[in-house]
Amino acid sequence: MIKIKNKRMRNILLSILNAALVAVVIIGFIWVSLLLSNTALNFTYLSTAAYRNNLWGGFLMTVGISLASLALSLIIGIITALFKISKVKFLRYFATVYVEFIRGTPLIMQIFLFYYIIGTAWGIDQKFVAGVLILSIFEGAYIAEILRGSILSLDSTQIEAAKAVGLTKSQTLKYVTLPQLTARTLPSLTGQFSSIVKDSSLLSLIALTELTQVTREISANTFLLFENYLLLGVLYLLLTLPISMLSKYFEKRYSYAN
Amino acid sequence: MQINIKNLNMTFDDQIVLDNVNYSQDIKTLAIIGSSGGGKSTLLRIVAGLLTPISGSVKLDDLTFEKNNAVNYRRQLGYVFQNGGLFSHMTALKNITMPLIKVHDYDPKEAEKTAEGLLKRFNLYEERNKYPAELSGGERQRIAIIRAIASKPRLLLLDEPTSALDPIYTNEVLNLVNELREDGVHFIIVTHELGFAKKACEDLIFVDNSKIVECGKSKDIFANPKTPELKNFLAHVLEWNA
Repeated sequence: MIKIKNKRMRNILLSILNAALVAVVIIGFIWVSLLLSNTALNFTYLSTAAYRNNLWGGFLMTVGISLASLALSLIIGIITALFKISKVKFLRYFATVYVEFIRGTPLIMQIFLFYYIIGTAWGIDQKFVAGVLILSIFEGAYIAEILRGSILSLDSTQIEAAKAVGLTKSQTLKYVTLPQLTARTLPSLTGQFSSIVKDSSLLSLIALTELTQVTREISANTFLLFENYLLLGVLYLLLTLPISMLSKYFEKRYSYAN
Repeated sequence: MQINIKNLNMTFDDQIVLDNVNYSQDIKTLAIIGSSGGGKSTLLRIVAGLLTPISGSVKLDDLTFEKNNAVNYRRQLGYVFQNGGLFSHMTALKNITMPLIKVHDYDPKEAEKTAEGLLKRFNLYEERNKYPAELSGGERQRIAIIRAIASKPRLLLLDEPTSALDPIYTNEVLNLVNELREDGVHFIIVTHELGFAKKACEDLIFVDNSKIVECGKSKDIFANPKTPELKNFLAHVLEWNA
């Protein structure tokens, strides 16, 4: 056994060893599954330009839906959070019913229901717009709860301290309340963005040609289920892993807030 | 500093907290003592302009608290909370410089120089880049006091600054206040540290049951308490003190 004196070196080596072990276990599991199901991986369909173009288009569509939904759900979330802490009972009740309904029912049901209401009754036949609206209504409820939690967790002494040092109300908002809200909200909000990306896959149910829908179509044509969905997973990870890393970064950056 | 408190009344949810309080004195260092819930913190918060009384007036020299002048009034005073008064999202240094820049119109460089000078003087310079959560209770309170005096306020107000601290930290904080006293800083302190009230504060108010029960020079009052309430209070508080 080689003695490694340097503690840092040993730690790095241990990390690499463990990471390799995890990779072996996962790849091993997939490999055994392939063997048991008598499947040989066949990615030759990717040499067809039409499939590649469709996948790329679906990928871009998923990114587009996610970004548009992030913006819209943030607006819905902020308004709902304000409604929920409002003194006006109507607004509070309205926000509560909305949040409870959305969080208490499956997205798949909401997609069909809202697509019918939004699409048919209100005449929005553009699938992208309908998809973004539906997803934003869904995610907005979760974002509202994140925001409400942060607002309620603000310490009233901090606002009183701002008063005591002589800040005006708008200065207190700018230099104390908003920065503290940001610190508390940003890590979980980033995590929620990851959910938006994943949840957008269900919009394939209204035949919106995003990543999952494209994959469904290709696998129906090629009969290569394993390959298509494996690739689908990798493509979603390409989007969600950086977001997850960003969320961790924010968590660390703002850890003093707790 | 001439302090004039006239016919001050305060209630919280129909409960009387201050009952027609009057006090007029030229003070340098004043301690407010009394049992918890007696109204002493409320009195200090009204003097600080953090609470608006239901009736009565507070005047500090020529400075009168009025609702439409509250921000300007508070800017001329320094206030230290029992705990939690530092902004949790700012470092020690930022906690001191932000009010100097945003409230007192200091140039950022000037504010930093002032803050660093004070931190060095009170041996807290090494802690300047730490967030409140990374500081000890005693360090937090000392930095809160430095923040309160950095703008050279007319009067420093301290609301039980040591009641959440252990005896060692309490000592650190009280020593700092005493050093400020030697510098000529005028202050009012609400405290349970009777030794400090006796030795470091010229004047004393004993608040009990929403009223000022006894007031005067602290050495006189401690030597010769007149009212049964104060005698009773001192007997209880000093029971285990030598």
